[in-house]
Amino acid sequence: MSGPNTNYDPVEVAALAPAVVDTAVTEALAAIAAASDLDELKAARLAHAGERSPLALANREIGALPPTAKAEAGKRVGQARGRVNQALALRQTELEAERDERILVDEAMDLTAVPARRPLGRRHVLTVTAERMADAMVGMGWEIAEGPGVEAEWFNFDALNFDKDHPARQMQDTFFVEPADAGLVLRTHTSPVQARSLLERGVPLYVAVPGKTFRTDELDATHTPVFHQLEGLAVDEGLTMAHLKGTLDRLAEAMFGPGIVSRLRPAFFPFTEPSAEMDFRCFVCRGEDAACRTCGGTGWIEWGGCGMVNHNVLRACGVDPDRYQGFAFGMGVERTAMFRHGITDMREMIEGDVRFNAQFGMEI
Amino acid sequence: MRVPVDWLGDYVELPDGVTGAQIAADLVAVGLEEEGLHGGDVTGPLVVGRVLEKHPEPQKNGRTINWCQVDVGAANGTGEPQGIVCGADNFDVGDLVAVILPGGVLPGDFRISARKTYGHVSSGMICSARELGLGEDHDGIIVLPRLLGEDHAAQLEPGEDLIPVLGLDREVVEVNVTPDRGYCFSLRGIAREYSHSTGAAYSDPALLPVDPPTGGGYAVELADPGIALLDGVPGCDRYVARVVRGIDLTRETPDWMQRRLLEAGMRPISLAVDVTNYVMLALGQPLHAFDLATLQGPVVVRRARPGERLRTLDDVDRALDPEDLVITDSGTRVLALAGVMGGEDGEVTPGVTTDVLVESAHFDARSVARTSRRHRLTSEAAKRFERGVDPAVTDAAAQLAVDLLVELGGGTPDPAVTDVDQRAARRAVELELTMPARYVGVDYDPGRIREVLTMIGCTLEEAGEGWVSVTPPSWRPDLTDAPTLVEEVARVDGYDKIPSEVPRVVGGRGLTHAQRSRRAVAGALAGLGLHEVLTYPFVGPDRFDELGLPADDVRRDALRLANPLSDEAPLMRTELLQTLPESLRRNISRGMRDVAIFEVDTVTRPLTGLRAPVPGVGARPEDETLDAIRAAVPHQPWHVAIVAAGQAERSGWWGSGRPVDVTDVVAWAHAIADTLGVRVDRRPSDRAPFHPGRCVELTLADGTLVGWAGELHPQVVQRLGLPARTGAAELDLDVLISASDHRTQVAPLSTHPMATSDVALVVTRDVRFGDVEESLRAGAGELLESVELFDVYVGDQLGADQQSLAFRMHFRAPDRTLTTQEVNAARSAAVTRAARAHGAVQR
Repeated sequence: MSGPNTNYDPVEVAALAPAVVDTAVTEALAAIAAASDLDELKAARLAHAGERSPLALANREIGALPPTAKAEAGKRVGQARGRVNQALALRQTELEAERDERILVDEAMDLTAVPARRPLGRRHVLTVTAERMADAMVGMGWEIAEGPGVEAEWFNFDALNFDKDHPARQMQDTFFVEPADAGLVLRTHTSPVQARSLLERGVPLYVAVPGKTFRTDELDATHTPVFHQLEGLAVDEGLTMAHLKGTLDRLAEAMFGPGIVSRLRPAFFPFTEPSAEMDFRCFVCRGEDAACRTCGGTGWIEWGGCGMVNHNVLRACGVDPDRYQGFAFGMGVERTAMFRHGITDMREMIEGDVRFNAQFGMEI
Repeated sequence: MRVPVDWLGDYVELPDGVTGAQIAADLVAVGLEEEGLHGGDVTGPLVVGRVLEKHPEPQKNGRTINWCQVDVGAANGTGEPQGIVCGADNFDVGDLVAVILPGGVLPGDFRISARKTYGHVSSGMICSARELGLGEDHDGIIVLPRLLGEDHAAQLEPGEDLIPVLGLDREVVEVNVTPDRGYCFSLRGIAREYSHSTGAAYSDPALLPVDPPTGGGYAVELADPGIALLDGVPGCDRYVARVVRGIDLTRETPDWMQRRLLEAGMRPISLAVDVTNYVMLALGQPLHAFDLATLQGPVVVRRARPGERLRTLDDVDRALDPEDLVITDSGTRVLALAGVMGGEDGEVTPGVTTDVLVESAHFDARSVARTSRRHRLTSEAAKRFERGVDPAVTDAAAQLAVDLLVELGGGTPDPAVTDVDQRAARRAVELELTMPARYVGVDYDPGRIREVLTMIGCTLEEAGEGWVSVTPPSWRPDLTDAPTLVEEVARVDGYDKIPSEVPRVVGGRGLTHAQRSRRAVAGALAGLGLHEVLTYPFVGPDRFDELGLPADDVRRDALRLANPLSDEAPLMRTELLQTLPESLRRNISRGMRDVAIFEVDTVTRPLTGLRAPVPGVGARPEDETLDAIRAAVPHQPWHVAIVAAGQAERSGWWGSGRPVDVTDVVAWAHAIADTLGVRVDRRPSDRAPFHPGRCVELTLADGTLVGWAGELHPQVVQRLGLPARTGAAELDLDVLISASDHRTQVAPLSTHPMATSDVALVVTRDVRFGDVEESLRAGAGELLESVELFDVYVGDQLGADQQSLAFRMHFRAPDRTLTTQEVNAARSAAVTRAARAHGAVQR
């Protein structure tokens, strides 16, 4: 570096000569433009804008110039460095954008065959079906009641007007509990909860009862010793079989779709009088296909039993049959699910094969 | 009940060309559900064939088929023998058989054509009874003389159409008879119902000329005034005895009767038996025929005496119960269980018996039901009596039997007729004429109500303004109160007329907290990757051994079924983990590897030791009785259980996975509690069926036990055939749900910065992680927001019995930014507490 020199002719300082400065700029711009990635740009920055670059060195010479020459030389070098820095910034932005874009390309993955690393589980079709049926009843303003599977014989039979010697009592294929005088059975239907609810809640009463029931059937494609029912019981002033039918129509629609209604046929149950079997309109053919496989061409599918609550049931529960009357119904949850989902073999539902569940969503 | 259509047509007018299907539909409308249609579905050439040649040909599959040449007359158009392959071997050359030729159709829309099989072209088929829909017999093909009798078969010629001969052009409608309609176990009853449904003209087959009762007939004494156990109702209130002498019971029952019996589902046996069965099917009245010569004295109907025995016709020697009603001669020798089954004494024997006493009696339904149940003995007679037999048809049934025995057996009836009739008068039912409308919701006209009730056989008397007094017909014991009459009006008028009306319900309170909670738990577990399954609740004591339950474990005290489906599983499970592992094993045996399943259901606690009273129908029991009934029902809490094996997370090109381990199961158990917003504490536990070193017990803050989670004991895993390291948990949902039944009140959220501080503590290896964590939490005070164990180190840098636990603590104040001094103070208070409680040294 030169010391201060008052007699010095600025033109004599080669590094500050306009041509030299221009050359340095030109070289710098060329190097910047040539940089094809951020590393090369970094090298160009060091060479042309770093502390040892020609323009930086030229800049240092300005201090030694006589005051008259400083302004012009400073302006020349300053403009030159400005152009170089601007070019550097521009190129930096360009190269960063290129790099970012390339990273995204490089990081691309084929996600078209990703399996579930932690697969979702499922609810069981029977519990969800029972919940759906219960929700339909709740939607009509009913409440959901429950009762025990191991049940007192009185609740399962006598309270429901099944006399000890009535053939209907023998036809229930009942599991009995030891010892014989325990007075307990596995409930053969959800109907004992009718009596429990009437005794506990009183009237007026609108309750539906989903639950597990038991009969001594061997497991096969259409039977299972452990199955599920949904029971309904309404006791109030002025209820009729028309209300029973209206309620069943609503439930049938909720389970099988708009316009699917129920039908009543005469039947016998000890705990209802009059009694009926209920069918629902075949939701596949709607009664319009004599060759329908779902309903066998009858247009109707059996669903369960129902009727007006027998006076003896009301009496057993301390309800005055001259003032209150009611209706009750019960249908199989398995049967409902089988028809909704085209299940033809009961065993698939109850064996617990997770592939069966996996065919359904969490809501069915 | 199987209803032969042409028999039905004897009693009610059937439209020309009516089909079985149409009759079934008409019967459904009045409450007789269709069980099946039989017959009328064999078409095309089904002809008599005579076997000319029969060549056995052993096959590679081990079977031997017969290559036959069969003479089918001119039925095949050529008159040449027909070549047919037959798999059965119960016939010989020369036999007459049933041959269906190509073009014919068997039941099930099974079309027959000539086809190549076993190296021959088989032009048709030699049929078995089952193939023709004639029964279940499929042991061999039909050999016509054996089915029809030699005489009948001798009249047949090869090529003759067999469809009418075998009655295959005749239809049988099978209906289900509900237990209140005993009278429909007869053609008489079915015909009446068909008439109600269609309005067709009905002629009652019981209206035949009946010889009136006389004195001097066979002596009969009804010696049961009724016993208290059966409410004092006499066991028999009517007994008709008729005598026919000089009958040839070796005569064959005529074809028409045999055919009707077969079509109705009964096997022809001998003339005397066939006649009594025929009358029973026609009129619904079970009859019994005694060999008059063997009777030692008058018929006495009484209850059995202690020690009496009877060998019934099914060849079982039975000890009689004093409640059993029996038929005796002279009161000493028991001849029959009344209304259920006869014995060997007094039995009619073709070729020996010439004089017959026909019994037509009315026995009490409950008495017969109890005897039938007590002796596990059902019969066609018992089935009818326990559902109610028309007590007015007794004499007509006896008359019809006598007439048939005379006509078919050539006997002579005694002019004396015994009819001991002690029937009580039928009670009338008062019916308010507005009641049917009030009950059914159809505006029935009073005239229509009277019309329907009269049509079904009731006698009506006016009983004041708007009321009628209704005496039901003798064949309807089920019509006992006003609602039963309402049902008659509704069903005969048509259930299809009932409108649809939704009741206006005041509205309920939605699902209960417990119901919502169970759904939430199941949904959460499914979201965590577990599948809900349902298992049967039946277990055997072997399962308790497999699970390693100690001999005195309370869980072995399980409720026992008197009649289990399997003797191996007579008990009701006391925990879900007694049945859930089977489901895991089944999945794995079907090739699944990664299976996590759960079940939400009740379990059964042992018997209370109390007896549930059974106070009977029709009246509300006293409060104490109801309490006793409820108290005797064992506690059945809701549980949730989990078993899991395989990968928790799958490995593959996307990264590494990891197996399910015990920490997953503990985390899931916690997730159940978290789902319900309940905090649970964990303590190490040694409890079957878990690994003694890998099980925690979960409790509520107040110490109430919730359940267990852990790894199954290696021996249990082995005994149950489960994958190694299967994890399991079982929690009492009722406990969790009742702990969750409160409204959470929120604390305000602080928005001030959080400070984090890590601490590593060295403790001996017998110190539990959870205990150290708890002491840090207690020592750190209110500023601590959370603490979590994030690393555990054992190794060279520590003593052999030491472990280093690294915890991360987060601190935050509700109202300010914490200073370094405050955080350090809280941290060191926490460490001090851990040091004091567990000898922890900061590393």
